[in-house]
Amino acid sequence: MSDSLLEIDRLSVDYETARGDLKALRDITFDVKKGEIVGIVGESGCGKSTLISSILRLTAPNTRFREGEVRFKGQDLLTLPERKMRDLRGADISIVFQDPMQTHNPVLSVGRQMVDIQHRSSASRADKRRRAAQMLGAVGIPDPEARLDQFPHEFSGGMRQRIAIAMALISEPSLLIADEPTTALDATLEVQVIERLRELQQEYNCAILFISHHLGVIAELCDRVVVMYAGAVVESGEVREIFHNPKHPYTRRLIDCDPGHIKERARVLPTIPGEVPDLANLPQGCIFQDRCDQAMPRCAGDVPPLTTLKVGHQAACWLNQMEDPV
Amino acid sequence: MLHYAVRRFALAALIVFVAVTAMFLMIRAVPGDPVQIMLGPRATPELQARLTAELALDQPIWNQLAIFYGNLLQGDLGVDVFSGRPVTSIVLQQLPYTLELIVASILWSASLGIALGAYAAAHPNTLIDRITAAVSVAFVAAPAFVVALLSLLVFAVHLRWFPAIGVGDGVLDRLNHLVLPAFAIGLSWVGYVARLVRASMLEVMGENHIRTARAFGLSERRIVMIYALRIAILPVVTVIGVGIGFLLSSAVFAEIVFARPGLGKLVIDSITTRNYPIVMGAVLVSTTLFVVSTALADLINAWLDPRARSTV
Repeated sequence: MSDSLLEIDRLSVDYETARGDLKALRDITFDVKKGEIVGIVGESGCGKSTLISSILRLTAPNTRFREGEVRFKGQDLLTLPERKMRDLRGADISIVFQDPMQTHNPVLSVGRQMVDIQHRSSASRADKRRRAAQMLGAVGIPDPEARLDQFPHEFSGGMRQRIAIAMALISEPSLLIADEPTTALDATLEVQVIERLRELQQEYNCAILFISHHLGVIAELCDRVVVMYAGAVVESGEVREIFHNPKHPYTRRLIDCDPGHIKERARVLPTIPGEVPDLANLPQGCIFQDRCDQAMPRCAGDVPPLTTLKVGHQAACWLNQMEDPV
Repeated sequence: MLHYAVRRFALAALIVFVAVTAMFLMIRAVPGDPVQIMLGPRATPELQARLTAELALDQPIWNQLAIFYGNLLQGDLGVDVFSGRPVTSIVLQQLPYTLELIVASILWSASLGIALGAYAAAHPNTLIDRITAAVSVAFVAAPAFVVALLSLLVFAVHLRWFPAIGVGDGVLDRLNHLVLPAFAIGLSWVGYVARLVRASMLEVMGENHIRTARAFGLSERRIVMIYALRIAILPVVTVIGVGIGFLLSSAVFAEIVFARPGLGKLVIDSITTRNYPIVMGAVLVSTTLFVVSTALADLINAWLDPRARSTV
């Protein structure tokens, strides 16, 4: 595991609420190796955002890290002093947020913001500006020098997301977290941003943790994928393996629901019936049992552990531990 | 930015024109013959006719308006009916007293309000935040004339810390005379501005771009003082711009209670005696003051917020 850049190890995170503790993340374990692209997929509310804010430790005040570690280059980030944590943010770990329309400060010019984030560098202001323009050029913004003096509202959504990517890469981080960076964009822009992201990843050789609920994008971009459901990892492994040979009923249903996989005209689009269980009041046993069409008595008893089925494929389902797996 | 400023001041001029015209028409709609009231019941018909002609009251209302604007463009607001002195000089003589009162009130109340609000926003839901909230609401609820009377009684009559009436001579004495009136009409603004800054600041600190700034490791100091305050201050600037108008009306109370000369007192005295030229002059000046202060607030906002520059 020496080539692991980021290791999430049995991470459990609660939110303290008036209704009791909301168990937002339970026993999350996966890793990201140097220069690798790992996708995290799951429906809304599955804990993707809690996970990334936990990595950066930009969590809401009612967050409690109950158990586990988030190791970055071997160092546990959860016990790091706040000052040391701040030194990492935007330096060795960068993030591109979901909504490009609100991710930049509306009253400061793009150039000003791109110069400000280089606050650790001792370069002159003019050099920082040059570097900012160079990065804007790298993400495909035409005439970058002149556009530095413009304000975020003078750019389109796709351009703003590319500016966000430029800002995240300006310090050449070893880990880039991309939180649904293309969700707010239309399909053609999405392809452009994804392609640009992959080119830049190869150029800078940074690892990317790519969060999305769009399976097609994950399949296109990522080396490995982690499937999350209701705050737990249900399956993880090589992208090709997961997509061609899913071993968890939730993953299978998720793939069935992806519009790219629907071959026949259908009046009613496939869905997964039921709702995500109440995280403040977890049921006993498997988290997916209520919505699973293959649930067995055993599922109501114990939580299925994430077990390795073969090299590069793990799933948390009792079905895989029977004599004759499905 | 220059383009915006030109358009904004053109709009301001138009607003002054409409407001002054409306005021001119409204004042003529007040029942009663102004000439009779001014000259008293025993005036001869000849005298009444002469004054009517002098004030052009025998002409159609639109002619009166045209004459008024014609004179106005030459800086002539007419003459005081009683003393015969030019209205322009009377109004300009009173203006500084009101201006210094308003500026002093805004300065002390806005700075204290912004400091209290920012502090409360930085420590939300703490005991200090709650105390600030309670005190702010109490301040907002206190009418200026009540505060004026009470502060006069307590600080001038009983404690004798500050002079009770007049404006004083010389810089220090004038400032000393300014303390109680400025306190009285500024007090409710402290609470108002504090509440506004707190709410605005809390909202901005929860916005996504602040999270971005944090994710790039910017210092909390820089985030609060530059990335957040610059946005949070925008509604406060607008409210203070409009607030100059409210302070003009609060100033009337303060000028009466503390027996200060000023525009407010001038208007009250002139309305009771139907001294039209003075009323019109004072109204023109206060309207202009109000419109200019809101235009200035918009310009400051446009300077702070690039998004505002594209709209008027």
